[in-house]
Amino acid sequence: MLEVDDITSFYGESKALFGVSLTVRESEVVTLLGRNGMGKSTTIRAIMGLTPARTGTIRYQGREIQALPSYRIARLGIGLVPEGRQIFPNLTVRENLIATAANYRRAPQPYVLTDIFDIFPRLGDRLSHYGNQLSGGEQQMLAIGRALMINPGLLILDEATEGLAPLIRKEIWRGLNILKGKGLAILIIDKNIEALMAIAERHYIMEKGQIAWHGTTAELQQMPELKSRYLGVE
Amino acid sequence: MLLILEQLLNGLQLGITLFLMSAGLTLVFGIMQVINLAHGSFYMIGAYVGATVAGHTGSFPLAVGAGVAAAMVTGCLVEFLVLRHLYAREHLDQVLATFGLIMFFNELTRVIWGRQPLFVEVPGPLARSIELLPGLPYPAYRLAVIAVGLLVAAGLWFIFARTRLGMQIRAGAVNREMIGALGVNIKLLYTLVFGLGAMLAGLAGIMAGPILAVESGMGESILILTFVVIVIGGIGSIRGAVAGALLVGMVDTLGRAFLPTILKLFLAASTADGVAASLSSMAIYILMAIVLVVKPRGLFPAHA
Repeated sequence: MLEVDDITSFYGESKALFGVSLTVRESEVVTLLGRNGMGKSTTIRAIMGLTPARTGTIRYQGREIQALPSYRIARLGIGLVPEGRQIFPNLTVRENLIATAANYRRAPQPYVLTDIFDIFPRLGDRLSHYGNQLSGGEQQMLAIGRALMINPGLLILDEATEGLAPLIRKEIWRGLNILKGKGLAILIIDKNIEALMAIAERHYIMEKGQIAWHGTTAELQQMPELKSRYLGVE
Repeated sequence: MLLILEQLLNGLQLGITLFLMSAGLTLVFGIMQVINLAHGSFYMIGAYVGATVAGHTGSFPLAVGAGVAAAMVTGCLVEFLVLRHLYAREHLDQVLATFGLIMFFNELTRVIWGRQPLFVEVPGPLARSIELLPGLPYPAYRLAVIAVGLLVAAGLWFIFARTRLGMQIRAGAVNREMIGALGVNIKLLYTLVFGLGAMLAGLAGIMAGPILAVESGMGESILILTFVVIVIGGIGSIRGAVAGALLVGMVDTLGRAFLPTILKLFLAASTADGVAASLSSMAIYILMAIVLVVKPRGLFPAHA
């Protein structure tokens, strides 16, 4: 459903991506691994059209999207949970969820607020709180809910559980598992390898703006040296 | 006492006009981070078109409709043709370009309407005074201006607080990249906000028609006050625009009305008049300086 083919990207004059390719299939959960500064977020920004790729193609459901403005990409069905969550601080939880809600692709059963609260019950108790009054974990749940409210076919999470307490992480992973169960395709960046191996089918490891390795969860499990070499995990 | 009440109403009326002007400017400034000096031109265009239509048809409601529409169309065109290319540029470029627009529009009105100011008659049913209290007659037209302004303020509040458009505008003011990544066409949103702001400025212009002379360059004097308002209120904040507009309207009006009398209590009459005149024209700037010392980001910063 998502095919990134040999993209390069620049920040100003400095090259950040050197020919990255990856695919996400329908209803598949795929991870993007690697240490900080290896180009994971840049890849996501290129997919979303926030820092467009300079060369290469990106296809979503067969359609080239690398030159589209980000709002068009979102409308085609890619929901973004960005790094740092980027909740609108001056909007309430309810407003954050409904401000951009839409059903661009005419999903037969579009998300409504109660669906989001079924997945993350905490949010339901915080409806009239402003974005800047939430804890980090609540903000992350809200960011996921906000992305779901545009009824995406692919959800992209940049740092799914970074900086969150273990109990909150569990809630996020539980929520993502519910979404996986509903058949939503997900592309995740996170540092929590164990949790990622539990939810994802395939993995890409990035190093210095390139894909250094990719394979299935089973393959990753059999190669513990990958973890220490690319991820700094013992 | 009655004099004070009357001046309070005058201050309120000036404040309302300033609010209509500053609501648009503060949104444009706060959301798009673009400085638009030509905002006063929308006020002027609204006033001219309104005055012309009122003169030809004799219908004030028609004049209001035409003036508002003209200001809005001009606003959207300015955004589309000029400002859209300046969002990524420095403020200085924006200032230069929109300053050029001021000169263009001032000259354009001279070409179309000539150098003589236009005068608009107060619409018939409002051309009388209403006795608010025994001994306090007040022009009905000015009361109508106050009422319209309050209605618009309420309408704006509703759009802002209760509609998805308002939420998107507020969200876009804080994080335009994210609102785009969630499927909102931010360019279209900008054009809309700009048009809305121009529309309000046009409305202020038409309503000022029967009170002031409609002339080329009329936008600049109010533009300066408007900038003072949004700096005092906090850039990008509608609440700040309300508070700032009322404060500036009151301080300016009451200062001009009462400073001479107050100063005469302890200064010689001739000195008092001179000092009062300069003090009252400075009053709003002194107010702005005080506000900025206490709250550097204005009374109601948009996203604290």
